[in-house]
Amino acid sequence: MATATQLSAPHDSGRSGLWSWITTTDHKRIGILYGVSAFVFFLIGGLEALFIRLQLARPDNTLVSAETFNQLFTMHGTTMVFLAIMPLSAAFFNYIVPLQIGARDVAFPRLNAFSYWVFLLGGLFLNASFLVGAAPNGGWFGYVNLTSRQYSPGLNIDFWVLGLLVLGIASLAAGFNFIVTIINLRAPGMRMMRLPVFTWMTLITQIIVVTAFPVITVGLVFLMFDRFFGTTFYSLAAGGDLLLWQHLFWLFGHPEVYILILPAMGIVSEVLPTFSRKPLFGYAVVVYSGALIGFMGWGVWAHHMFAVGLGPIADSVFGATTMLIAIPTGVKIFNWLATMWGGQVRFTTAMLFAMGFIAMFVIGGLSGVMHSNPPADLQQTDTYFVVAHLHYVLFGGAIQGLFAGIYYWFPKMTGRLLNEKLGKVHFWVTFLGMNLAFFPMHFIGLLGMPRRIYTYRPELGVETMNLVSTIGAHIIAVALLVFIYNVWRSWRRGEVAGNDPWEGATLEWTIPSPPPDYNFTVIPEVVSRLPRWSVTQMKAIPDVPPEPIHVPGGSYWPVVAALGIIGMATGAVAHALWIVLLSGAVLIFSIYRWAFEPFEG
Amino acid sequence: MTPAAAHYTSTGLDNKKLAFWAFIGSECLLFGSLISTYLVYKGRSVSGPTPHEILNIPVTSVSTFDLLMSSLAMVLALAAVSRGDKVWARFWLGTTAFLGLVFLGFQYYEFTSFVREGLTIKTNLFGSTFFTLTGTHGAHVAVGVLLLLTLLVRSFQGKLGPEKAINVEVTGLYWHFVDVVWIVIFTVVYLIQ
Amino acid sequence: MSDHAGNASGSHPGTGTYLAIAAVLLIITIVEVGVFYVPAFKPILAPVLLTLSGVKFSLVVMFYMHLKFDHPLFRMIFTLPLLLALGVAIALMFLFGAFGLNG
Repeated sequence: MATATQLSAPHDSGRSGLWSWITTTDHKRIGILYGVSAFVFFLIGGLEALFIRLQLARPDNTLVSAETFNQLFTMHGTTMVFLAIMPLSAAFFNYIVPLQIGARDVAFPRLNAFSYWVFLLGGLFLNASFLVGAAPNGGWFGYVNLTSRQYSPGLNIDFWVLGLLVLGIASLAAGFNFIVTIINLRAPGMRMMRLPVFTWMTLITQIIVVTAFPVITVGLVFLMFDRFFGTTFYSLAAGGDLLLWQHLFWLFGHPEVYILILPAMGIVSEVLPTFSRKPLFGYAVVVYSGALIGFMGWGVWAHHMFAVGLGPIADSVFGATTMLIAIPTGVKIFNWLATMWGGQVRFTTAMLFAMGFIAMFVIGGLSGVMHSNPPADLQQTDTYFVVAHLHYVLFGGAIQGLFAGIYYWFPKMTGRLLNEKLGKVHFWVTFLGMNLAFFPMHFIGLLGMPRRIYTYRPELGVETMNLVSTIGAHIIAVALLVFIYNVWRSWRRGEVAGNDPWEGATLEWTIPSPPPDYNFTVIPEVVSRLPRWSVTQMKAIPDVPPEPIHVPGGSYWPVVAALGIIGMATGAVAHALWIVLLSGAVLIFSIYRWAFEPFEG
Repeated sequence: MTPAAAHYTSTGLDNKKLAFWAFIGSECLLFGSLISTYLVYKGRSVSGPTPHEILNIPVTSVSTFDLLMSSLAMVLALAAVSRGDKVWARFWLGTTAFLGLVFLGFQYYEFTSFVREGLTIKTNLFGSTFFTLTGTHGAHVAVGVLLLLTLLVRSFQGKLGPEKAINVEVTGLYWHFVDVVWIVIFTVVYLIQ
Repeated sequence: MSDHAGNASGSHPGTGTYLAIAAVLLIITIVEVGVFYVPAFKPILAPVLLTLSGVKFSLVVMFYMHLKFDHPLFRMIFTLPLLLALGVAIALMFLFGAFGLNG
């Protein structure tokens, strides 16, 4: 469906309504879909957290049963990792990366849509387990043989295994898409070392995705086969080794945490320079350290297994590699600080969240490097000390980084600024809430409270700190309400942003907010790393396209294919082979129609 | 965006080809994990048939030859499509698919005889790891055969000219990779026991 | 400009080369099976077989998959994950006691 030159309302191409959203292949719309869906899942995960904290507010509490509690912490972790942080990052990959590299869309727009729909359906599938009272309950890390059929006979773990396999497909597809996009769709003159750091971190993240997800796919398939077909992968009786699961899981699981943090680090690397009015200090070093983190992340996985008895050699090796990986991470911190030093700092909400990221991530990194010492970790592991660490890096780090991104790029996506006063309330209340919620956990853990227990005795002496933590969690919730109100109000009535509300340096700020369907009237010719800040100005981009720009229409085959996949998962969990086969046929049929449909991507 | 500009890429390399190489890289980790598991569990079965007792080297050698020859056929198919030679393109595409089916036939024969001899996917660690690894490989071969037959049909529809050679090239990459994985499996599972 | 098969940037092997490689692959496989059956080779079976299959692997990847003649980027995209997979396999074997070390 060709779209002629747009003279007025460039983004209104008559494509409105539900069907246009379902069939969209436009990276900007897909980005918004990811963002909204991820935020809803984030709220669900947050509710699960609140219930956890309410149950733990008092010793010997009876708000929820042990069984329910197991489901709560399992779903909280699984939701936050796979349905909140990853897709929130994906919202920015989708919306921002093509704009930053001067492209009209990603390399494979229909595959992009497919990734979104598979993610959404996978997330719904996982949560549908609540409807049958069988939410996953084996922890987000699903250790065997607790999760084997023998000790988890119900549907809970079936939902978990199949849900994660489905989500893996979404991530892998997006991974290939963005790798090709970033390597191959850059505007002329956009050399790799001129890429914005956010795009670089996206590329590294996708490389980690496509190498790490196959490993957990294999581990999950083994568990699925054990549960469904009686294979022996994790069977003690057959001579199997339960540690095989742990190795396969953490070979994925550790690179996964870098998948969770690198995009946020990329966002921080964009926000800090803009609001310091100073280029990023040591761009090349920041890029290389990101690549190094991605690579070295493959060498540390067994630090999650220091308590299983790997032996002194393995413990020492992984302890050493874990300490080493703190180096490239630390390097970034210094580069960020040096960026702000001597700059004209504007304390916008985005900037506050970016600075908050640095502060909280450093705390989380410090507790992390404390875990790297195997003997010390023997006391810390499986206690709330680790819960403190992971929430400082994932909430204080990743989530704050993502909020920085939201405040920074919301104007570009909607054409309106989020309210700064409300934003600052959101930031400071969050700051208070998260430190109240997570800092006491360091002490709670070292005093001996294990993770993943539904209650504790008063004699442990952690009652007050648990209560403080619960209050902190609720303060975070209040902050989120402020944020939601801000978004709701600003979407239609916020201050108009214009092309470049922040005087940013990168290409996305050269085009209207929100951008027209085709993004750029002409593909820019890039002559420097900071196109809008450099002395050598690039050729101005005309307001109106000099010739008609063809924007591909939508397609429904990605949705149908996604439905085929979720149908197979549903059939499996229902032990109904005919549903699996029928859905498989739908999947194959839709792939063929997709392949041969005329589509000018 | 004119059609010519639509094919512009920063590296001059085709998007599909780049995507497929990335996919093949990813598959290295998939098969790597499966093969690692096989190796880690080797010799640990507490009961049931062992590799030494049940693996049939002569027969598997033949199927290995078959798959290697299918790679030759694939490469000749690509050359034929690239030069617009419809007849040979169809011949070689068909041959590759046929050799792939022969390989699958051998696997079917092997799997059924193992089951008859008392080795199923549930029997022991060897059974679980062997059938999962070689079954996953076989599934990849089956998908490859489907891709090849699709190309064959397109050729007969007159829709596989030299300008579409990229699709054959990319199918070839997939096919050769599947062959190369079998080279590893044949050595590590069958020959080094 | 899209990279067009048959108009590759580097040189392009001809049918003769492909047939020669096929012959080499065949011969190596025969040798491998032979080595398997000859008892005298038992102690060095693993290294010999791994080397021989490594050669087959390289031939198929470099010539049939055209990596030798293609843009170095493809070589990087393939080699990195391949080495990673190899590293993971070796690490796991160590961790499960395969090389005599107790993990």
